[in-house]
Amino acid sequence: MANADTSFQLTAPTSQFERQELFGLFLAGLATLALLVAWVGAGGLAPWALLLFSTAAYTVGGYLYFKRHLKRPAGIDNDGLMFSSSTMRGAFGWVLGVVFTGVYVLLYFFPSTLEGLIAMTDPLSEIMRGRGADEWFMYGFLYTLAVLVMGIRMLIKYRHSTYQIVRTISVMFFQLGFAFVIPALLQIFNQPEFYFHYFWPLEHNYLFPSTVDFFTDTTRLGVFMIVWGGLMTFVATPVLTYFYGKRWYCSWVCGCGGLAETAGDPFRHLSDKSLKAWQVERWMVHGVLVLVTIGTAILWINSAMEGGLLGGFSNAFASAYGFYVGAIFSGVIGIGFYPIMGNRVWCRFGCPMAAILGLLQKFYSRFRITTNNAQCISCGNCSTYCEMGIDVRWYAQRGQNIIRAACVGCGVCSEVCPRGVLKLENGPQEGRYNGPVLNDGEYAFVEPDESWKAGRSGDGAPSSDNGQQVFMGEDIPVLSDEEWR
Amino acid sequence: MPTHVAIVGNGVAGITAARFLRKASSDVRLTVISAETEHFYSRTALMYIYMGHMTYEDTKPYEDWFWEKNRIALVYDYVETIDVEKKTLQLREGAPLAYDILILATGSKPRSIGMEGEDLEGVQGLYGIPDLEAMEDATDGIDRAVVAGGGLIGVELAEMLHTRHIPVTFLVRESNYYRNVLPPEEATIVTEAIRGHDIDLRLSTELDAIHGNGNGRVEGITTNNGERIDCQFLGITIGVTPNLAVTEGTPIKTNRGILVDERFRTNVPNVYAVGDCTEFVREGIGYRTIDQLWYTGRKEGQAVARIITGDTRGYAPGPFFNSAKFFNVEYQTYGTIAPDLPEDQETLCWQHPSKPKLIRINYERESERVVGFNLMGVRYRQDVCHRWLAEERTIREILPKLEEANFDREFDERYEAALRAQYRERFPDVVLQA
Repeated sequence: MANADTSFQLTAPTSQFERQELFGLFLAGLATLALLVAWVGAGGLAPWALLLFSTAAYTVGGYLYFKRHLKRPAGIDNDGLMFSSSTMRGAFGWVLGVVFTGVYVLLYFFPSTLEGLIAMTDPLSEIMRGRGADEWFMYGFLYTLAVLVMGIRMLIKYRHSTYQIVRTISVMFFQLGFAFVIPALLQIFNQPEFYFHYFWPLEHNYLFPSTVDFFTDTTRLGVFMIVWGGLMTFVATPVLTYFYGKRWYCSWVCGCGGLAETAGDPFRHLSDKSLKAWQVERWMVHGVLVLVTIGTAILWINSAMEGGLLGGFSNAFASAYGFYVGAIFSGVIGIGFYPIMGNRVWCRFGCPMAAILGLLQKFYSRFRITTNNAQCISCGNCSTYCEMGIDVRWYAQRGQNIIRAACVGCGVCSEVCPRGVLKLENGPQEGRYNGPVLNDGEYAFVEPDESWKAGRSGDGAPSSDNGQQVFMGEDIPVLSDEEWR
Repeated sequence: MPTHVAIVGNGVAGITAARFLRKASSDVRLTVISAETEHFYSRTALMYIYMGHMTYEDTKPYEDWFWEKNRIALVYDYVETIDVEKKTLQLREGAPLAYDILILATGSKPRSIGMEGEDLEGVQGLYGIPDLEAMEDATDGIDRAVVAGGGLIGVELAEMLHTRHIPVTFLVRESNYYRNVLPPEEATIVTEAIRGHDIDLRLSTELDAIHGNGNGRVEGITTNNGERIDCQFLGITIGVTPNLAVTEGTPIKTNRGILVDERFRTNVPNVYAVGDCTEFVREGIGYRTIDQLWYTGRKEGQAVARIITGDTRGYAPGPFFNSAKFFNVEYQTYGTIAPDLPEDQETLCWQHPSKPKLIRINYERESERVVGFNLMGVRYRQDVCHRWLAEERTIREILPKLEEANFDREFDERYEAALRAQYRERFPDVVLQA
């Protein structure tokens, strides 16, 4: 650029990682190292130091790393996502998958191996719950930290969209308040540990006879909790889903959804969009719903008959469900497989709550994603970034509204669409399922004479159509030379 | 024997024709021939592959099983020529293919600038997958790229290169980006968006010479201001031109495009043409002689399928619409908005004081009939806008109910009231119904 006018020398686009971002990554690495140190035994020696350091280092490091998005004007920034080893099932992605899965295996089956980490959260647990930590407190702490730190990333990445900002703050709020702080405080006041934002059938225990007995026997608040849970399952769920769709829960409130929408966001495109996957999904997710319903029903029948009919079978059935669905599916696979199968594996294939919400959304709801008529350019961003594996484009390119049981209303299809074609909205059920606009509504035909006459350069030109009807396979009348001038 | 319809080209026009022929007839035999890719992909998504937002697989609107299931035979081959007498296609690799009806949907190709050095390595346009592959190779590890030509593809190229952290100098002939299509306010918004992404935008500047490095690669350019800019990649984006290769040496008449009437018939019996490659012999209702948009390709593909299966009427696509995205600024247009306001029209144009957002409604001064909408950073409903245009609504009629047209996200700020306030200020005596 020897002769270039220097007034035009704008800043060159910044290279991928600048010093601050590298420092952010370094801090996050240190935080991870601190957790490892805690894990191998130091957790009990310096719990506060390790806990506070790792929390601060993840938060500050995360912010320094994520704020690279701030360097460019607000808008969709998925640059290079498909080239990244961590987000495209490269070596780093597989390592992440193995590590996540491994941690869940240890958590569910070998919690004693995590003693160092548990000890690290011990003093915090004493303050919050009035008793020492167990593996679930430690897990809840790290889970909440992940939602909050990666929530900050979401807030930066989608800062141009009020919908995404409000929704992200909502999942951060419910995770911190309803999933972490309130259940802990309840224990200080000698109340049962209870999650006000989890209901049957996601929290299948909440309607099991043993839980109901236990809660109603303990305190008056326990009675309220059972009533609350029942109202949420049988009244609030259908009513809220009617008005707002499945999203009021899955992408605004739920803790599984909260992690998926924050920590899971970088993996959302890994969901399988094939028709085959949709077929598998429908069998699996509704199958799980049937299982939990049967399980709950036989527990109640057995309880009513005082064990006379089924004996130990119903309890065995329920605990098998808890093991295979509650632990293996929702935890080990659901979160461990984020970097391999996307961030909504559990929500899509396994969650019975999602199944119920989905059925309501499909048949009895005002929610839909509206397609802006014929505006779709079939680019595929919507389908690519649908974490639930919905082939959004299939509908959008036909000018059809998208109403699918799976849709959690995260709104990212609408964000990544480069033509603003998709809009999440609630409206009258009538006309919600519209026919494909592009079948015949997109344009009109006119009689040949009219179209010819209207032509700006063709005033008075004779019609090219000699009145002969043209059907497939018949010869078409040739235009006169004059007409081809 | 069922009628055999052969379609040359698997872009949106050809594929839409095939799909709607299949919808209309379960008997017709369908073959789509393409030398570009085995399967239909969305050309509009090319930029996202380079930017790493999507993979090539993600850009395919239909899974690979779709074609067999719908009995649309795909032939991955190049049509050398057409024997219109014998109704046969000569393929480069495969055996000659006989047809009953032929649809040419060969698309377009980047327009040549006709300058020495255009053939150098690293100099190219962007139209298809081969261009993208060439660009991938040519831009690996380079210091600077130049993009010459200020249309929609030019800004796409600039954005693509920017995401790879390659400094871009962008030469635009007009005094403002896309000023030949956009009114000044819109053109300014886009210009600012381009500069806001650190693109070295040179307005009123053209390419004057291309320099090679002696080994067949581009190493720089000179602008018409005499300035030399070193670059290892030169994107030439001065528009596209119909791809006519397939009609060479055939009696099919062409001008700039393959000439068709309002029923997509060429001068040769049983040969139709649709999409970018065509030129209508006359303008009609809602179309120009050459339309080269995704949307027009799709409409024409659909229309030709109907015409071939017996609809005797002519093509009339309805009110114009188009859309684009310039970096982070979405753009929609409905109806007709001229770049310079015609004498007999008025414009109502609201702009956000700080964000790249704009709403423009143009209407005829005498009749007050609305003629078009331009939206930037704001989304409007196509069906509502088109209904108002078709019903010849006046500005006074639509202003009070403008909210009906808004298609922005939930929680997004709405600007219709601000637009109305502007109208009231200009015309305090006019009463708008509540």
